[in-house]
Amino acid sequence: MIFDIEYETMPREALESIQLRRLRTTLERVNTTVPFYQEKFKAAGILPGDVNSLEDLQKIPFTTKQDLRDNYPFGMFAVPMDNVVRIHASSGTTGQPTVVGYTARDINTWSILMARSLVAGGASRDDIIHNAYGYGLFTGGLGVHYGAEKLGASIIPVSGGNTKRQIIIMKDFGPTILTATPSYTLYLAEVAKEMGVSFEDLKFKFGIFGAEPWSENMRKEIENKLNLVAVDIYGLSEVMGPGVAIECHEAQNGLHVFEDHFLAEIINPDTGEVLPYGETGELVFTSLTKEAFPVIRYRTRDITSLNPEPCICGRTHIRMKRVSGRSDDMLIIRGVNVFPSQIESVLMKIDEVEPHYQLVVDRKDNLDTLTVNVEVGENLFSDEVRQLQDMEKKIAKDIKEYLGVSAIVKLVEPKTIARSEGKAIRVIDNRKI
Amino acid sequence: MFTEQISIFLENKTGRIAEVTSILAEADINIRALSLADTSDFGVLRLIVNNNEKAGEVLKSQGFTVNKTRVVAVEVEDKPGGLHNILDVINKAGLNIEYMYAFVQHSKSNAVMIFRFDKVDDAVIVLKENGMAVIDGDKVSRM
Repeated sequence: MIFDIEYETMPREALESIQLRRLRTTLERVNTTVPFYQEKFKAAGILPGDVNSLEDLQKIPFTTKQDLRDNYPFGMFAVPMDNVVRIHASSGTTGQPTVVGYTARDINTWSILMARSLVAGGASRDDIIHNAYGYGLFTGGLGVHYGAEKLGASIIPVSGGNTKRQIIIMKDFGPTILTATPSYTLYLAEVAKEMGVSFEDLKFKFGIFGAEPWSENMRKEIENKLNLVAVDIYGLSEVMGPGVAIECHEAQNGLHVFEDHFLAEIINPDTGEVLPYGETGELVFTSLTKEAFPVIRYRTRDITSLNPEPCICGRTHIRMKRVSGRSDDMLIIRGVNVFPSQIESVLMKIDEVEPHYQLVVDRKDNLDTLTVNVEVGENLFSDEVRQLQDMEKKIAKDIKEYLGVSAIVKLVEPKTIARSEGKAIRVIDNRKI
Repeated sequence: MFTEQISIFLENKTGRIAEVTSILAEADINIRALSLADTSDFGVLRLIVNNNEKAGEVLKSQGFTVNKTRVVAVEVEDKPGGLHNILDVINKAGLNIEYMYAFVQHSKSNAVMIFRFDKVDDAVIVLKENGMAVIDGDKVSRM
């Protein structure tokens, strides 16, 4: 099934002509409403009118996450606040999250794209959707919610957590579609097992999973344990939220990017050079229809490749491969974005702590764990164990407070954190995903 | 009046204490008293040795984190109630003991206890005023 047959199966030529028209309109608009872009275009010596083909977009400079932070909170908004009906913020950033806004039309577009995604993932209006993505500033919960309502399906806004209750709801309400992060999904499977509930007795047909990296192996595990067909969904708040790209359940082979709303490019992360289809590099997005928060050549830091081959599902939209990594050092821990530099700035706010630390990420019982090893220097050291334990607690509390992620803090002896060529190895990711 | 104690941060790993004792042995340093406080992840080894300066130096040069703390050594009469007499004085003065441990050697026929107070200056005054036998730091390291 296809939700929006006209747009989703549009011949590529027609699609590209719509893209160019929408691109030019967006560039004109940000050039008059967002000082950041106006200055950037001016510095690069380019005017929106100079963009006469999709290739011309390459003349426009990139936008980075740092640019968004520099314009915190509303500096990148392209409409007056009275037109903004919703504000979301990206997860886990030190003091300065990335704030995004939506007009009523943006919310409608997002709802349509999420409805398209749900249908691509196997849902129809007859389905009951168990939505275990978190509701709040995070775009996951509300993104799926509005899409489900747009589709006309029945949504259970269960959000994350309270896992036992989730299993009872699954038994009693009989949802047919599950939306959640892959790691939470596996946790749900375990809790269900402990409670003696078998997914074979539940009614799930499809699951739509995303917001964190996962692998083909995890897909197989989820499909086996939950007795459903699992598809991958992609999105990021800077571009919209979930529903930027979706895998179709027919092929389960790459995620269709909704190209009538987003222009995708793959670049070499080191040189910025645009790479041809099929080559692996960093994914870059340009908004084509966003009103409140359009981004121009936004560097996602996600590593993937694009495949323009026709798909058996009938959709003509290009497919991006499952994201295989990051071009920066960002970690996604239980759905929360964490940069080692953010942990460092939390540690540096504590006088006694020196910048010798290491992050160890693991996946235990299908849940991500973050351990922060902190070397004990003379300033931190005390002959009293209690003071050392208090320090461990304080660091963990600060990390939770600033980054929204729970960490286990361990004090370690000085110079025990592995250094390669004099440079400390900051991150050890033991997750087998 | 005070005794200097060195403390060393140790991870809970096999052989770490042996490493400390081997470094001290090589530097010809004699351990007078010791106590170990530990959690599941780490421990704090507290030592009184015959040469604090040198001990601190050699341990630091081997990458250990070392601190020095002022503690108080008190002679305890080797008879029932000996320790209680001291604790009673401390308690009545409202002083707080962070931790305490016993000395390896005896002073004449008496035992020696090491006390770590949060208010070490007040503690020494109180102990002396009450006639307790506070041992001089120099003497402790020579014992």
